[in-house]
Amino acid sequence: MSVDKKTVSKVARLARIAVPEDRLEPMATELNTILAWIEQLNEVDVEGVEPMTTPVAMELPMRDDVVTDGNIRDQVLSNAPRTEDGFFVVPKVVE
Amino acid sequence: MTNLTQLSLSDAVDGLKAKKFSSQEITQAFLSSINASNATLNAYVVVTPDKALDMAKASDAKLAKGQGGKLEGAPLGIKDLFCTKGVRTTACSNILGEFTPTYESTVTQNLWDQGSVMLGKLNMDEFAMGSSNETSRFGPPTNPWRRERSDVKLTAGGSSGGSATAVAADLCLAATASDTGGSIRQPAAFTGIVGIKPTYGRASRYGMVAFASSLDQAGPLAKTVKDAALMLEVMCSGDMKDSTSLHLPVPQWTKSVGASVKGMKIGVPKEYRVDGMPEEIEKLWQQGIAWMKAAGAEIVDVSLPHTKYALPAYYIVAPAEASSNLARYDGIRYGARQSGDGSLTSTYETTRAKGFGAEVQRRLLIGTYVLSAGYYDAYYLRAQKVRTRILQDFEEAFKHCDALLTPATPSAAFGYGEKGDDPVAMYLNDIFTVTANLAGLPALALPAGLDGQGLPLGLQVIGKALDEASCFKVAAAIEDAAGFKARPDKWW
Repeated sequence: MSVDKKTVSKVARLARIAVPEDRLEPMATELNTILAWIEQLNEVDVEGVEPMTTPVAMELPMRDDVVTDGNIRDQVLSNAPRTEDGFFVVPKVVE
Repeated sequence: MTNLTQLSLSDAVDGLKAKKFSSQEITQAFLSSINASNATLNAYVVVTPDKALDMAKASDAKLAKGQGGKLEGAPLGIKDLFCTKGVRTTACSNILGEFTPTYESTVTQNLWDQGSVMLGKLNMDEFAMGSSNETSRFGPPTNPWRRERSDVKLTAGGSSGGSATAVAADLCLAATASDTGGSIRQPAAFTGIVGIKPTYGRASRYGMVAFASSLDQAGPLAKTVKDAALMLEVMCSGDMKDSTSLHLPVPQWTKSVGASVKGMKIGVPKEYRVDGMPEEIEKLWQQGIAWMKAAGAEIVDVSLPHTKYALPAYYIVAPAEASSNLARYDGIRYGARQSGDGSLTSTYETTRAKGFGAEVQRRLLIGTYVLSAGYYDAYYLRAQKVRTRILQDFEEAFKHCDALLTPATPSAAFGYGEKGDDPVAMYLNDIFTVTANLAGLPALALPAGLDGQGLPLGLQVIGKALDEASCFKVAAAIEDAAGFKARPDKWW
């Protein structure tokens, strides 16, 4: 499997990273180098093998279904690039 | 009195308890060293002198009353990956802007609860993605070690390069670090210090900036094996805020340091003898084997046949998980925002294009690609199955031995730019360390000798899951036999 300019452009869109037109081709080459190296995994027999989850089997811990946190609006907003009246300010999304 | 900054963590803690010196004295000594050295070494990206002296004062009050925790009054450095309340935390990425957490990571909280003092935040590769610390938004730190008769600047390794530099240059007693593919152990080897990544789940990931969640583990960098054990005891805990953390008692690992290795079986995996490995590394490995034999351990040849697939599997799993974890950086809720053409999509795309460095972008694109429609089974699922194969190799090997002994890195510290532009060449740095991350096993690196150019070289001890104790036992025996006392000549 090898990626071309068009695929890089699509993947960049999915990753929400603006990749300038003149970077698409070099990026495709870089990604192909890495992907070609990764291809060797196809040599491994994984028939009937379960995907890895954890080296130490354990049950997920449960806690009571109660509110443990909240009422920290100002803390939540304190690192936002733009806020107004206790809200995040975002670009217009509805015309 | 000897220079306070040159003490080991254990000796400093003892000295503080015995009131030989105060926490304010040793804290001030470190702040002065940082002040004098940091412009050259670039280990710290934030220094917190006021906070440090306040904490030291509080520790002195406790120590005066004969009270205090296990690390009372001991000044530490914190990798910029750990959220510290009220102190800027950026994982050395531009995208986090001036992010200042309103909460504390569990690992650092555990350290403060035991009385440690925070000196500041330490340099690292952006989001811990790198092996040379060159991807940091603040530029790389400089390894205090140099080749004999050379002033070429060497990397302290990555991603915990700032932590390693600070410990090796006596700019803190010990430091926190994190290890996703070797980010504790490779810098330890490059700077002649000790570092351990515990079993996955031993340390809480709450408040650690996430890279690859199924691989990330916190651990310490320290001057001695005992110091590393002491730090790890305090850092680890079961934590309801991290559902993958292990709710198990934390052993007293310091008690394993100095315990006899007589009768232990030490496995030597033949697959770690890789092509192109310098002869000096092979020699060091053989020396380590000889030391273990002399200490009464039995050496067993073992095989880990899937070793060569570990790095390729890592470069699927880690970028895939990173692409998911780093999706949160959208420029809306925190961090630096770029508006682009003003639309929402353009805000996202330009924020991320400007905020992430080249290596992070490369990995996010790889990760997005391998998770995209139609490729999940071929890449991520297959890689996770290969991880099971790698874990099975270890489980088979551990039927015949108690711990494994390997080199820590395939080379000594290298100069900036010496690896060229090939990302795969850089990735190969982690060839001996990444297997333990994929299998979730504890692994420790410690200095064992110098190469022909006077640079430190490290060995690695890999243990069974939850058996950090054996890592410390074996490492302490090697430390004892190696008598590694070399220090970098102070040129900075």
